[in-house]
Amino acid sequence: MSHPPRTHRDRRALWRSPLRGPWLTSVLGLILLFGLPVLFVTGLLSYAAYNPDLSPVNDQTPDKGLLGFYLFTWPTNPSWLYRVNQGVHVTLGIVLVPVLLAKLWSVIPKLFTWPPVRSVGHGLERLSLLALVGGGLFEFATGVLNVQLDYIFPGSFYPLHFYGAWIFMAALVVHVALRFPAMVRALRSRDLRAELRTRAPDTKPEPPDETGLVSPQPAAPTMSRRGALAMVGTGSFALLVVTAGQSIGGPLRETAVLAPHGRNPGSGPNGFQINKTAMAVGLRARDIGPDWRLVVRGATGRETVLTREQLLRLPRHGAALPIACVEGWSTSDQRWDGVRLADLAALVGHADRPPRVLVESVQRHGSFRRVVLSDVQVRDSRSLLALRVNGADLSPDHGYPARVIMPGAPGVHNTKWVGRLTFGNFEETA
Amino acid sequence: MKAALRRFGPRAALHRLGLRRLEKESPLQLVLLMCSFALTAYAGVRLLSGDWFGIVLWIVGGALLHDLVLLPLYAIADRAVGAVLPATARWINHVRVPVFLSGLLLLVWFPLILGRQERRYENATGLSADVFWPRWLLITAGLFGVSAVWLAIRVAIRVWRHRPGPRRGAPAAGERKPPAGPARHSRP
Repeated sequence: MSHPPRTHRDRRALWRSPLRGPWLTSVLGLILLFGLPVLFVTGLLSYAAYNPDLSPVNDQTPDKGLLGFYLFTWPTNPSWLYRVNQGVHVTLGIVLVPVLLAKLWSVIPKLFTWPPVRSVGHGLERLSLLALVGGGLFEFATGVLNVQLDYIFPGSFYPLHFYGAWIFMAALVVHVALRFPAMVRALRSRDLRAELRTRAPDTKPEPPDETGLVSPQPAAPTMSRRGALAMVGTGSFALLVVTAGQSIGGPLRETAVLAPHGRNPGSGPNGFQINKTAMAVGLRARDIGPDWRLVVRGATGRETVLTREQLLRLPRHGAALPIACVEGWSTSDQRWDGVRLADLAALVGHADRPPRVLVESVQRHGSFRRVVLSDVQVRDSRSLLALRVNGADLSPDHGYPARVIMPGAPGVHNTKWVGRLTFGNFEETA
Repeated sequence: MKAALRRFGPRAALHRLGLRRLEKESPLQLVLLMCSFALTAYAGVRLLSGDWFGIVLWIVGGALLHDLVLLPLYAIADRAVGAVLPATARWINHVRVPVFLSGLLLLVWFPLILGRQERRYENATGLSADVFWPRWLLITAGLFGVSAVWLAIRVAIRVWRHRPGPRRGAPAAGERKPPAGPARHSRP
């Protein structure tokens, strides 16, 4: 497939590390080969969790076309489904950062291949590699920035990260297909156990080969291959330690010292993670004061208006459910108490088989003020319009007077400060 | 007929264009690449429907920034440290590893550590945004501290092994035993 290195005008001597070679690159590639598909699948599942096909109101990517081919109605079981999915997606993505950087470091001599394009096929492959590296860095960068609320990327996160993922994957599949045999050969070329016993002074460069990765003028070794892999692994472990707690929660939350949700905002019944405070969305006291009303409307036009006191007198049910955010943090199960969505549907003429519902918040700005919940979500007996949590009234930051809570769904679909529920037919504009 | 094809056919044309390798490349590779580009184009037109220039700049710029700025920067920094340290370069990993770990944590969590979105963060979460900078500094100090203690222990062991007088402990066979952890001694 590839040429023996050409020594005239060879720029690879720029790179002197004696560690670079097909074996090291292949070990790092193998780790990514396991990790990246998990990121892709959990990402696609997260996209499906928003039920974008249910209504234009929910759809952040209305032009998705064939890319939404696999969509399905998001289930409500198990109740921790989104929590685990997103915890894995975000935490694993962050943990893979050093592996990705090490992999790119290990192949950097290829960037300076001479001549830059040897043939049509070679040129096309290099173009594909630009999509691979650019797309990969774009995906990691947008993800890492989004979980820290640093929205400097050029557009809305959802379409950027979703379409970017497809571009990254399109390039990755080709890259794996073209390189897999070489990776297997390289992994077999050295004995892993011997490699893990070799100390820095005894480290020899890999034998010169056709890949163009081995330095033509290797410097003296200052680190062994096991040392390099251990350093990358320690980096991954360090990131895991300072991040994972925000998803696992409980006593481990405080271990996530650099992650955005590694602390609780307070103690007591309402002392769990907040996604948007009442102040952040510009709520005024009168929006959620005694004048607040819940308007419930059915498909037949039946409508009922309820005060909070009237809601409290309806049959109430409990559910222990988490809040799980797309940003990869979640709360442990909280004990919610409120009125079943199905019971509210029954008030306006949907006694059996209630349909989907449009939930609208009284907040004036901020995304996800309106969301459509599927009939599956409405009919689940744990889907509540919650009024209390952990034995106390909801705090304003957690959605007082009333909020939706349901199993298995992304946190932003658990609308806070609910003012209106419209079952069946409604204005579909996003 | 065949001879004519050999002289004037598509392969001969490719030879004249200097594209000798195309005929050697597997057709599967080209088909795969074309499929991939088709999918890239399909997702790409959707991705670029907004601020297309900004997005292209991010994707291509990201690759160039990493390959031509970031990576050479840390390669040069690594060489510079190696150049100023004693020629044996035996201690370089005691600088390299803590710098790498601390830099990695900063690279991933820099928006929080540098307080880039302090108000938005506090509004959203109800948590204070000023804890991350000191925490990162403490972690960095801890990493360098552990590395320094480790190095001190290694130096002490070397001094003790090479001290004059009769050697108790450290039997000759011990030299062949792999030492615990990366703490290794090697004769200059």
